[in-house]
Amino acid sequence: MKRTIHRLFWAWEPDKEEAWLNEMAAKGLVLSDVGWCRFTFEEGTPGAYAVRLELLDFMPSTKQSQDYIRFVEETGAEYVGKCLRWAYFRKQTADGGFDLYSDIDSRLNQVGRIQRLIACVLPLLIFNATNMLFSSAMQGSLSARIIGGLNLLLALLCGYGFTRLLLQKRRLKAERQLHE
Amino acid sequence: MSNESFALTEAVYYILLSLRSPLHGYGIMQRVEQLSAGRVRLAAGTLYGALESLLKKGWIQALPEEMGSRKKEYVITAAGTQAAENELARLRELVANGEKILGRDAG
Repeated sequence: MKRTIHRLFWAWEPDKEEAWLNEMAAKGLVLSDVGWCRFTFEEGTPGAYAVRLELLDFMPSTKQSQDYIRFVEETGAEYVGKCLRWAYFRKQTADGGFDLYSDIDSRLNQVGRIQRLIACVLPLLIFNATNMLFSSAMQGSLSARIIGGLNLLLALLCGYGFTRLLLQKRRLKAERQLHE
Repeated sequence: MSNESFALTEAVYYILLSLRSPLHGYGIMQRVEQLSAGRVRLAAGTLYGALESLLKKGWIQALPEEMGSRKKEYVITAAGTQAAENELARLRELVANGEKILGRDAG
């Protein structure tokens, strides 16, 4: 039996997304496919799988990412699927613990990668927002005001996410002062 | 200060030790876990990143892939052995000083 759930997670909260996917796995719903805000689960033994996700350096279809995905699979994990540049993996808990990162540096690396992704989108949103709001002020167009407002809202959200990642990075760096 | 006088990370040190004989990725994870009596568990993403850096530095090399085998194997180079030996000397110093100072308190 398959079950599909639609849910939105922001790019800056992969930990929350991962925690939710693992809660589902603990209940016996194991991630079997992913898409845009879409998660498909198959029913299985509760707690049989651990799920991990990460933002790759390159799109999952590229040679670099394929090499990496294959490497992770060789360690006993399964590649479940992708959503844009995010890759999802699962591994049977009977085969030992499952983590993608085991030191602070690689965690910092991942946070930086997400930050760079947001940094690419943010200027676009701000440009759209100012453009649309400016033209709505000139022409009194309601649709331009709505689109502009939505862009502004998204830009603010992304700014919030970026700041949260910044704080997370600072915490990790402080920790690294003491140990790896 | 040259690069070589920095401390190696635990992951890098153990990867170098494990590659005295050729191993593929999963083999390295198992060997390191075994060497450290289960304490050090390298995660796949961390190991992959470390292997890429080590290859770039020339401390390890990838063996030509065998026909039919999809798994890439790695082995330590002379430069890698030298780096591990330097680290061992540094660790000896840490241990000697630790024992001199902390060991005295305990004894």
